[in-house]
Amino acid sequence: MTEGAHDMGGARGFGRVKPEPNEPPFHAEWERRAFALTLAMGMPGGWNIDMSRAARENRPPQDYLSKSYYEIWLAGLETLMAERGLVARDEIEAGRVLHAPAPIKDKLSPEDVAQVLYRGAPTGREPSVPARFRAGDRVRARTLSPPTHTRLPRYVRGHVGVVELAHGCHVFPDSNALGAGENPQWLYTVCFEGAELWGAGADPTLRVSVDAWDAYLEPA
Amino acid sequence: MTHDHDHDHDHEHSELSETQLRVRALETILTEKGYVDPAALDLLIETYEKKVGPRNGARVVAKAWTDPAYRAWLLKDANAAIASVGYAGRQGEHMVVLENTPKRHNMVVCTLCSCYPWPVLGLPPVWYKSAPYRSRAVADPRGVLREFGVELPAETEIRVWDSTSEVRYLVLPMRPEGSAGWSEEKLADLVTRNSMIGTGLAKRPEELE
Repeated sequence: MTEGAHDMGGARGFGRVKPEPNEPPFHAEWERRAFALTLAMGMPGGWNIDMSRAARENRPPQDYLSKSYYEIWLAGLETLMAERGLVARDEIEAGRVLHAPAPIKDKLSPEDVAQVLYRGAPTGREPSVPARFRAGDRVRARTLSPPTHTRLPRYVRGHVGVVELAHGCHVFPDSNALGAGENPQWLYTVCFEGAELWGAGADPTLRVSVDAWDAYLEPA
Repeated sequence: MTHDHDHDHDHEHSELSETQLRVRALETILTEKGYVDPAALDLLIETYEKKVGPRNGARVVAKAWTDPAYRAWLLKDANAAIASVGYAGRQGEHMVVLENTPKRHNMVVCTLCSCYPWPVLGLPPVWYKSAPYRSRAVADPRGVLREFGVELPAETEIRVWDSTSEVRYLVLPMRPEGSAGWSEEKLADLVTRNSMIGTGLAKRPEELE
């Protein structure tokens, strides 16, 4: 969703960054299992990465901000499974199987793990139209506020930047998250001056870029 | 998101136990329903705990420091150059490498979630996923850098890359002075994870034990 607590760029009051020396990949056994369950369920679940992100961020700000990272993953996974009838909410609460399994297309086998990870899930697609913008073009990030998933951060909306890179066509998250198709379109890195985003007091040496799909941009 | 370690310990402990039970029950449900194979879960965890981590990226950087042709290839076609060393796949499908210079310091963030180049850096650290970093990296990067003990010259351009798409960014840090003639293996020891995110610099030779 837009305007959610996940869209954090420029927010104030969260305090200092606290790096942890020699940080391990996981901090508890349940984090290991929640991570692996989330990855493994992608295959039988059949959802895409944009649906996963939407399920994680689509919650009240106080809920999002009070959960740890893997607690959010877990909540997102429970939502995705419930929506598809794979595991019902009452089963989560009871902590045991109450309903027959739903039919699944595929399951991640140990033999396939290495290959599935190495293959990944590329989102680049053959362009069907030429790029609308080229490096050096001035563009404005549109003022958008869809009620559903988007990847255009609030802090750049309405602001003017310069196209720096064109990445070819990529799956469009706004539609892919809704199951409304990949709708691939040109993806650009658009760079903004610090003062354009944060006003005259901004660090004069600062420039910030986002990756923006064609639908997020208009000529400026 | 809460995941610092300032919590009251008893509170954190009971919270973790409750979540631990919930996750264990969920794994049992998913296994009994035939959706997941616990052996596959073990392998996924082992992969990101033991095999895939910042040492991968450090090897790529060290190679770029010693081999100008590789460096040029890495900056032009990062996917191919990184795959030639053996790293590719999930959360690194579309790689771009950003070169730090005395004039320009690159720093990477994902303000919307936690996008991070897994094949070369492994899973992101907690601070990278935390609200303080995600909120401030784009507005006050010098302040963030100071919290990592990094002070850059006032005239150095700070270039922040917000990873809002499936493109993943890896910073190529500057090679420290005093490392001339070093082997790739030894140079890789100078390359820290944070130097490849842009919240740190490569170690100086005298910082190695």
